[in-house]
Formats: sequence, C-alpha cells, structure tokens
Amino acid sequence: MTTATFAIGFATGILRATDPRSKARMLRNNFWTFLCISLSFLTLIPLFSIVYLVLQKGIPLLKPSVFTQLPPAPGLTGGGFGNAIQGTAVMVFIALLFSTPLGVLSAIYINEYSPKARLSNAVRFVAKLLTGIPSIICGVFAFSVVVLSTGTASAIAGGVALAVLTLPTILLTTEQALLGVPKALREASYGLGATNFQTIFRVVLPEALPAIMTGIMLAVARAAGETAPVLFTAAFNQYWLKSLMEPTGSLSVLIYNFSTLPYDYQIQMAWTASLVLVALVTLTNITAQLVFSRPKR
Amino acid sequence: MSDNETTKPDGMKITGSRRRVDLFLVLTWLASAVAVLSLLWILESIVTPAWPAIQKTGLGFFTSTIWDVNRDRYGAMPFVIGTAVSSLIALIIALPLGIFIALFLSENFLPLAIRQVIRFVVELLAAIPSVVYGLWGIAVVIPIVQQFGGYLSEYLGFIPLFSGPATGNSMLTASLVLALMVLPTITAISRTALVVVPHTLREGSYAIGATRWETIFRVLLPTAAPGIVAATILAFGRAMGETMAVAMLIGNSSRLSWSLLSPAGTLAGLLANQFGEAQGLQISALMYAALALVLLTLFVNMTGEAVLRRAEKATAGIR
Repeated sequence: MTTATFAIGFATGILRATDPRSKARMLRNNFWTFLCISLSFLTLIPLFSIVYLVLQKGIPLLKPSVFTQLPPAPGLTGGGFGNAIQGTAVMVFIALLFSTPLGVLSAIYINEYSPKARLSNAVRFVAKLLTGIPSIICGVFAFSVVVLSTGTASAIAGGVALAVLTLPTILLTTEQALLGVPKALREASYGLGATNFQTIFRVVLPEALPAIMTGIMLAVARAAGETAPVLFTAAFNQYWLKSLMEPTGSLSVLIYNFSTLPYDYQIQMAWTASLVLVALVTLTNITAQLVFSRPKR
Repeated sequence: MSDNETTKPDGMKITGSRRRVDLFLVLTWLASAVAVLSLLWILESIVTPAWPAIQKTGLGFFTSTIWDVNRDRYGAMPFVIGTAVSSLIALIIALPLGIFIALFLSENFLPLAIRQVIRFVVELLAAIPSVVYGLWGIAVVIPIVQQFGGYLSEYLGFIPLFSGPATGNSMLTASLVLALMVLPTITAISRTALVVVPHTLREGSYAIGATRWETIFRVLLPTAAPGIVAATILAFGRAMGETMAVAMLIGNSSRLSWSLLSPAGTLAGLLANQFGEAQGLQISALMYAALALVLLTLFVNMTGEAVLRRAEKATAGIR
C-alpha cells in the first residue's frame, strides 16, 4: 500500500465529482471510511474502561502488606494475598518443570532430527489442536489424573493442568526459534566434524535461546492469568503453602472467589489482585517481546 | 528408526560423544511420542470417568433439559444450546467490528503510527486474563444490560428474545463480553488475510475507476474471504471454550429461555461451577459434559485450521 495507490484512489473520487452519480459514489465512499475509523476507535473504549477501573479500584488497597499477608475472612477487612501470589508462582513453576523439557525436546526432534517424519507431522498437528483446547479441559484432565487418584486438590494437580496448557505454546515457539537459526551455522558445525548432538547443543540451541526464552515467558504469562485450569484442581487455601499435596491458592481463583462475595472490602481486594495480576502478565509479555527483539550479533 | 541420519558407516569407531548422539535422539523421539499421546491421554482421562454417565444416560444426555443434582438426573441440552448461542451472538457482534478494524489496520486512512497504537491495543485485549473480564463485566456490563434490558423488555417485551425481567446476569451480558474477548482473534487473522492480497489487484481496481470502498467490497474482501471465514470459525471455537468470564456473567441457569435477558448456562461454565463440590455420578456427568465440549471444540478448530490452510494455498496461487 503505497502513497501512489492512495493518491490514485483519492483522485478517482475528485476527478469525477462533478457528475451527480460520482458524487453519490464519493459520499458512499466517505461514509464507509467514517464508519470504519469510528468503529475502530470505538473498540478502544472497553479497553480503556478495563484499564481505568483496574487502576481506580485496585490502587486504594495496594500497599506493601497485601504482598505479605493472608486473605481476610469473608466480612473482615485488612490482610492481603501473599499466599495466592506464592501459589500462582509455585504452580507455574511446576508446570514449566513438565512442559519445558517436553516441549523443547519435541521441538528439537521435529526440527533438527526428522522434520519430515510422520511423527513430526503428528506432533505439529497435535500441538495445533492442543492450543485450541479450552483451558478448562486442562483442568478436567488434571482432575481426572491427579485429584481423583490422590483424593485432594493440590499444587501438583494445578501444576499438571497448567503444564498441559503451556506445552503447545512452548513446543510451537521453540520450533519457530529453531527454524530461525540459519542453515549455514549448522553446516559450518558439521563441516568442522561435530556430531548432531554437538551441533544442537553448542551451535543451534545457544543461537535459538533468546527466542525459546520468549516462548517460555509467553507461556508463563498465559498460565499465571488462567483461572479455569486451577479452579478445581488446586482449589483455594486461606493459608501459606505447607505442602505440594494440599489445596493451593492462586491470584486468579482469589479474584473469582472474592468477586462473588457480598462484601465491599473483598470486592475491592479482588480489584487490587486484578491490578497485580494484569501488571504481572503485561510485564512478562513485554519482557518476552524485548528479549526476542534483542539485536542479533 | 529409519530417519536416524546420524548413523555412521560400518567400521567407523564410535566414540563416547557419538554414542550420546543416539541416546539424545531417543530422548527427543520419546518426548515427541509423549506430546502426540498427550491428546489421546486427555481424551482417555475424560472418557473413563465419564463412562458410568454415558452408560446411564446415553445420547439422552443431550436431549434432556433437566440437570438436577439432588435427584441424580443429568441432561446437558440447555448447556449445549447456551454454549452455541452465546458464541454465535458474540460472533455476530465481533465479526463486523473485527473486519472493520482489520481494514482500518491494513488500509492507510491514518498514519502508520496511529494504526500501530490501535493494533497494540487490540493485542492487549488478548492478554487480559479472563477472570478480569469477568470482574469488569460484573462492575460495568451487568448494570448497563440491566438498565437497557429494562427498556428493551418494557417496549419490545412482546418479542420472546427481549421478554423480561432483565436480570443483569444473562445471555446478553455474557455474549457482549465474549465478543470483546474474541475480537483480537478475528482482527489478527482477518488482517493477515487482507495484507497478503496482491497490490496489483487493488491497483487494477483503482485503474478502472473504482473508489476505495468499491475496491474493498468487490476486490479485497472477496479475495480475503477464505481467511476471514477461517478467522470466524477459529473465533467460534475460542468462544465456546471460554470459561471464567462466562461463568461469572451468564447466571449459570439450566432453564432454557428464549429471552436474551434471562440467565443461561454453558458447558464450560457448568464445569467451572460444579466440579469443585461434585460427588459420585455428578462427577461422571460433568466428565460427559467435558467430553462433549472437547469434541465440539476439536471439531470446530480442525475445520477452522483446514479452511485457513486452503485459504493460504489459494492466496499463494494469485500472488
């Protein structure tokens, strides 16, 4: 779309504007332009409303103590959501313990070893399908596999649910990262007599590392914001985490629980937790983009 | 493994690092196998506990409208319908908006800098957690729907779609917020479909005297249509699986109603609401509902991906 094409499109309107039929066409043209621009700006309103409310309702209770104290019982005031932040961090970490090795190793297989093998195509296909699976299904899976067999909601179960959620993101972004490594680098490595293993570990992975880290951080941002997978697999806990096999609180479930309570203070605290969650997710996303766009040598 | 390219000719001495090569290949192969099997494992983990309910209710599960935990009777029809209707309304609202934004981003009405700001903002919409949409919906959308729904039911209440009372927690509320949530998906895919339309087509249209919007309606949109259709299908899949915001706004009722102003329920919302305290056959029935949801979304997403792939092939041909 060059300025030239723009000018041509514009000129066709002006040149014949004296003819009444052309006038109608130009009017119609301007009407659609106006509609398109105004509708585009209209969608900014809900977003500004969300950001404004999260700040306006979230800031009053935002004190250092909310990061260190336990949630208030229904009807009481004070306290914070330190344990929910702890729970979210622990479960996201458990999720990465499963999904990062699995995702990165699979991506190495499908890109470095056998890009055209039937198994590789199957991996790509399944990863695509997994990205489209509703996040609550990840929770149902962990409920069936972990909660039903251990008899209790736990940080492990929540972590397993988030692992399923993050696996396709990590796998597909790692594949893209590996695809971005120039072939010449690999050939140079083989030319020096390196094995496949040495080439992957000393040449390809170091080169692809920033992009892989981006994928992992995007997965972290997504997992931290999700409620549905941990809602009934980790449930909630009023206290600090003592074991990985007991119900575990998270920021997102705290927001959900408090939003349904009839107490103003709890609802305000839900907004403060939302502010913290949105800030965390946005910061992680932005950091991920910055790592990715780091200038190449 | 026939695709092992690291096998060296016979007689070559295999050193330590060369043996590690094979081990690492096996490791990555295993990881890939696990990744592929994970989907089957997910389905198995849902079907097995759902089996008692599948045996007891069979396909009647989808035609019965009674979900009564106390009497152990489970019918998911209101939730299946609620899932379809809420996603459909969300698409009806989001599709024109998404296409207009995609056009706005790909045309040059305004300088690139402003368009990039709008693009960034739409991408931000996608990053906001679902539960925050729910909280915002409770604070902002529910009061609006209550107010305007009140007028609607007062003046247009004779139409079943708008019959009162307007409860706030309703199908309309959930659909409005869902529309906002699928907007980034529609915009992003439609925009990609529009920017790959070759310049020569546009220039040809201008050259024979078409205005910009005649060009958009008769050349650009028809050329980009397959991509836009794919965007619509994929957005539909996302809307069906969206859980938290819907669970917080739709009212989670198993009563079927024609009115958009009445509470309703969706499959995902049902799972979110009842899994925590479910017992016995209820767990099994919920697993059955989860199975229906996962098969529905898998079907819709596979269709969307197939359409997208065909659309990409088609545009590759005219370039």
